[in-house]
Amino acid sequence: MTQLTQHTVDFGASDFPLSADQEKALPAPALHVPITLGAVSLGYNLPGIQSGLKLTGDVLAGIYLGDIKNWNDQKIASLNPDLKLPNTPIAVVHRSEGSGTTFIFTSYLSAVSDTWKTKVGASGSVNWPVGIGAKGSEGVAGQVKQVPGGIGYFELAYSKQNNISYATVQNKDGKFVEPSVAGASAAAAGAAGNMPADLKAVFPNPAGADVYPISGFSWVIVYQAQADQNKGIALAQLLDWMVTDGQKLGADLFYAPLPDQVVTLDRAQIRKITFQGKPLLS
Amino acid sequence: MSTLGVAAPPRPAGVRLLRRRLLDRVMSALLLIVTVLLLLLLAVIVGYIVVRGASAINFDFFVQLPKPVGAVGGGVANALLGTVELILLASCLGVPIGILGGVYLAEFGDNPVADLVSFMADVLAGIPSIVIGIFAYAVVVIPMHRFSALAGGFALGILMVPIIMRTSVGILRLVPATLREASLALGASERATILRVVLPAATGGIVTGVMLAIARVAGETAPLLFTAFGNEYWQFSVDKATAALPLQIFQYAISPYADWQAKAWAGSLVLIVLVVLTSLMARLATRNASVGLGRQR
Amino acid sequence: MAATTEYGPRGSDVTLTEAARDVLRRAVGSRTGTAGDVGFRVLTLLCALAILAVVLGVAVVLVLQSGLSLHTFGWSFLVNRTWDPVAKKFGALPFIYGSVVTSAVALILATPLGLAVALYLTEAAPRPLRAPLAFGAELLAAIPSVVYGLWGIFVLVPVLRSVVEPALGHVLGFLPVFSGPAYGVGLLAGGCIIAIMIVPTIIAISRDVIAAVPQAQREAAYALGATRWEVISGAVLPFGASGIIGAVVLALGRAIGETMAVTMVIGNNHDISASVFGLGDTLASVIANEFAEAADRLYLSTLVEVGLVLFGVTIILNIIARLLVWRVARGNVGATV
Repeated sequence: MTQLTQHTVDFGASDFPLSADQEKALPAPALHVPITLGAVSLGYNLPGIQSGLKLTGDVLAGIYLGDIKNWNDQKIASLNPDLKLPNTPIAVVHRSEGSGTTFIFTSYLSAVSDTWKTKVGASGSVNWPVGIGAKGSEGVAGQVKQVPGGIGYFELAYSKQNNISYATVQNKDGKFVEPSVAGASAAAAGAAGNMPADLKAVFPNPAGADVYPISGFSWVIVYQAQADQNKGIALAQLLDWMVTDGQKLGADLFYAPLPDQVVTLDRAQIRKITFQGKPLLS
Repeated sequence: MSTLGVAAPPRPAGVRLLRRRLLDRVMSALLLIVTVLLLLLLAVIVGYIVVRGASAINFDFFVQLPKPVGAVGGGVANALLGTVELILLASCLGVPIGILGGVYLAEFGDNPVADLVSFMADVLAGIPSIVIGIFAYAVVVIPMHRFSALAGGFALGILMVPIIMRTSVGILRLVPATLREASLALGASERATILRVVLPAATGGIVTGVMLAIARVAGETAPLLFTAFGNEYWQFSVDKATAALPLQIFQYAISPYADWQAKAWAGSLVLIVLVVLTSLMARLATRNASVGLGRQR
Repeated sequence: MAATTEYGPRGSDVTLTEAARDVLRRAVGSRTGTAGDVGFRVLTLLCALAILAVVLGVAVVLVLQSGLSLHTFGWSFLVNRTWDPVAKKFGALPFIYGSVVTSAVALILATPLGLAVALYLTEAAPRPLRAPLAFGAELLAAIPSVVYGLWGIFVLVPVLRSVVEPALGHVLGFLPVFSGPAYGVGLLAGGCIIAIMIVPTIIAISRDVIAAVPQAQREAAYALGATRWEVISGAVLPFGASGIIGAVVLALGRAIGETMAVTMVIGNNHDISASVFGLGDTLASVIANEFAEAADRLYLSTLVEVGLVLFGVTIILNIIARLLVWRVARGNVGATV
């Protein structure tokens, strides 16, 4: 975001829609264009437990609040009776700097835990009660991989690329769902029907049987008025492609395609990009 | 058996001496052991870097750009170029000010202002480099509205000044007074004496000082975090964000990818080689402390 | 014309015959006081003064840029524990704590080590070994911080996590300072890595201080029959005590300013932990982590204020150290380290 404000880049990408204050801080009005959809996985490092760890929102909040300190705590064990949880302290890992992934995760925690909501809240950068801070999702994944007993949140792609085991999370309907493309799409389905005008929708813990509850949009943030006509047209065409044909490529990195209603709204949004007052695409 | 009223005789001198000698031996051994431990530590650190770094160094490392996140292969060519760029910019600022300031302290320095400057140079050298980075951010990045190589070079240049000034003063003071006096006696002006006689005599030492400053500054990361900022691509203009080797090492070191971590070791090896070479050169240069004589053009 | 030739020290007049003077003047121009000379002197003076300008400039800029934070929080900034970008409440106490603890650990480890090596180098080492050993210490000083951090992540932290911290916890775990789970990263790791980095500073300055102790002191002690250790402990160390303290203070200044290596091994947690196994942050590491992405003006100005605190503390420590060292060993002592 710093770079977009500084015009070092032509568009910014974020999992975190800009707040009103942040939009005011930009030198010119900007448009949010959701371009993809992703699931935030909870990766963990428990030697011997490759998969099958079940967690609920309550337990996750407890872990990240520092109330649940050990892996064989009763609360975790009762969810996973068939797993032999070790007597290892939980090494909580989170982002050390501001991040959209943090926003998605803390929005979820705020939705499922009132204690979290009042004590910490949801934002790109929060006052974490406990945990190791690491820079970037790679940093969090790195720490989780290195520290036995570690747990951290990062996009599904990082778990898959680094062979980090991830947990299934209980959704609002009570089912334990894996982070996946399907789970994220299901999560967005409800929100797709009720998108706000500025397209800055977040949907923590929505209802639905197949929903993976910790999912969110990723937005491209671009200035509405472009300074360079050729660049502006190229940008608009790129964005148009990204929300239509480009959606197929997201699957390789475990990103989910946008719901159709969102694509339609996106294309209308892209046509709001102007050069000298005239829309660049029709 | 003591006779009545007389205290036991003091311990014979021999035992006390033995005790003192023992203490001396023990302490001397301790000093030696500690020194050996420190050398061992140095060996472990450098050894680790050499071993892990050497296995990751290949031709690609030096000439290719970084591949996308998670992909294996590629190199850090842009970071190497960026570091060279930053060093050049920093030298434009640091070398002239450092040398000329050193000339002032060495040649005209018998006054309170010079003492203050000398003291302040040490103070400046002691300011954490990240604070200098904040300074560069406020003075260069904010007015320019962007991260840039200029900002990074500015910060690094400031870091170079006290080092170069300090070594220049030291070398210039070693130039024999007779050389100056001979030049002045021949009627040369003060300025000509310094520029045409003293400085050329001190060239070797000054160059070594500059190289030491460069080696020191090439490894600086903290001030670059928010001045040069880093970049994934080739970047040839000085007013945009630039990659740099230490920034790349930092980013790769904290990542989970084995390939990136290996590159971090390789980058560290490059920096270590630079540092060792310049330190060796500095050592050898100051060993030949007879500056000036025999180096006439 | 009378011909007097008086050769005086540099800067004083040499008197020649008029004719000789004319010849010389035509050949090389006049000696001092020309515009060229004055200009050159001014140029070098300006360059020297640039140092003053930079130091002053840094101070001014830091104060100005942290104005918003200074205004909003005042002195409470230094004693508040909360660092909450969401609620916009910022207090730097956890970082001050982190800096103090890691520096304390570093000094406790590095001072005996550095002093011992310095003593060995100056008093006990065989002559041919002195230069290579000193070179080894210089090398330690020259390794960049980020490289130490890398080594710390992959060598030091695992060793701490699997060997040292469990051992300490086993033996001394009843003390709150050694309690808690062993992550490897944390305040102890930060302290250890800083210790390695400041040992060369202590060695270099202690060496100069010890070398400045007059040989007469040593010889007198030897003459009285002292053993080598007694000479060191009775004659050399007391004489150089204030200088060695100066070395320690200087090393402390460096310790507080260390950034990259610390950031990479300290765990980056905004909390105060009683145990050294716990996670934390230092003044320098919080700036390194959060400055580039600090989105709003208040957040940025609080980070600049943290930098101001860092600046003030290191300057004061540096001044104290230089004064202490200068008293014992005048001149350019260990200044390049």
